[in-house]
Amino acid sequence: MLRKKKKENSSKFRFKSKDIVSINDLSREEIIHVLEAAARLEKQNRLSINRTLFKGRVLATLFFEVSTRTRLSFESAFERLGGKVIGFADPGVSSTKKGESLKDTVNTVEQYADIIAMRHPLDGAARLAADSTRIPVINGGDGANQHPTQTLLDLYTIKKSQDHITNLKIALVGDLKYGRTVHSLATALSLFKCRLYLVSPPQLKMPEDYLKLLDERGIDYSEHEKVEEIIEVADVLYVTRIQRERFADPIEYEKVKGVYVIKKDMLKHAKPSLAIMHPLPRVNEISTDVDNTKHAIYFQQAANGIPVRQAIMALVLGLIK
Amino acid sequence: MSEIKKEIKIPPIKEGIAIDHIPKNHALKVAQILSLGKEEGMVTVGMNLVSPKMKSKDVLKIEGRDLSDSELNKISIIAPDATVSFIKDYKVEEKIKVQLPKKVENIVKCNNPRCITRHQDVSTRFHVVNKKPLKLRCHYCEKNLLGDEIELI
Ligand SMILES: [Zn+2]
Repeated sequence: MLRKKKKENSSKFRFKSKDIVSINDLSREEIIHVLEAAARLEKQNRLSINRTLFKGRVLATLFFEVSTRTRLSFESAFERLGGKVIGFADPGVSSTKKGESLKDTVNTVEQYADIIAMRHPLDGAARLAADSTRIPVINGGDGANQHPTQTLLDLYTIKKSQDHITNLKIALVGDLKYGRTVHSLATALSLFKCRLYLVSPPQLKMPEDYLKLLDERGIDYSEHEKVEEIIEVADVLYVTRIQRERFADPIEYEKVKGVYVIKKDMLKHAKPSLAIMHPLPRVNEISTDVDNTKHAIYFQQAANGIPVRQAIMALVLGLIK
Repeated sequence: MSEIKKEIKIPPIKEGIAIDHIPKNHALKVAQILSLGKEEGMVTVGMNLVSPKMKSKDVLKIEGRDLSDSELNKISIIAPDATVSFIKDYKVEEKIKVQLPKKVENIVKCNNPRCITRHQDVSTRFHVVNKKPLKLRCHYCEKNLLGDEIELI
């Protein structure tokens, strides 16, 4: 049987011992609470205050699928505040290669660690792990399903650049069909009454299920094929990669790939406050001449992963409220 | 055209269960869930009977048989309006309407080939998102199942 977790009821929010598996697990208020905690930690980091928040704690990073970027962000976030990190970066070196079940792996790891951050190629793996262990599990990506810390750092970045999230005009650009990141972000933004512009090639439109959710939540959105149609009104341009593998016909790919590249000369009539984001790594979706404009915040976005992941881990460990 | 008149076509049973209001052409699916035809007594299947409530329905009567909670849960997935009568000495002792469980555990298969439940030894689990039409969400991969996508284990 799967073990039940003990939940505490000490403050308004019950983050202690909570698993962060899916953005759907968090309410609007809980999301705001995480973002505020992250802002406090970012400030403390800058002033070198409270550098030992995670002292005596152990984070296990279980990466059943390689994702160097995400793993390094978790590890850096934890170690910078005095914590220790154990784990594996490649399933080849773990016992899972020998056929150990995920449940057995986390039941072993929970003997050595206080918290788990994991990535797995299969959908739902993080939920299974979370249900199997008494220590909190943070999902660092489970197949095509969820990657909630990415969504939270995206929201944090939006809030930091625009001062607020509610009522913003946000354009999601690129592969909206298969992109896990844009699905979770659209879901989260629907809690903040944002106006969404969904810009994609016709083959890679946002799935019906997500459009239905936006309808249910009364979100105003429109679908577009060209970035030019929305560039002058957008507050945020969230750009994602269009992968060649998504096209059965390579000619189709060649036709659309250039259409969704953001170049500096396209930004002439953009709002001065326009923020351009990208979950990285980028290939050629944003031309490098955009990097030096005030609009480019994708490297800050990656840096924001540190305070956001610190806030999430500190909250579920009960180290902050 | 009374219901009683139609009921007569199906022979009464002394002891056992009668499952009524099964959607048209679903009686054999229910029989399959209950693995009928092994040890039980007489099994009567009525298909495409005319009912004032459902237009056309199926009925199943099984002699010398009881139902477990897990079987009732399974029936509720494919026959959400079914009623079950428990019969003793030709009389209905108790009649209940099946109810969808809040959590559907180990009854339905997830149709997402990349779902962890398809790769590791773990019971499936679904949340009921909508009752009519039935919409289930996989507890693990969060994919929704609707209509024909809902397949019993
Ligand atoms: Zn599933």
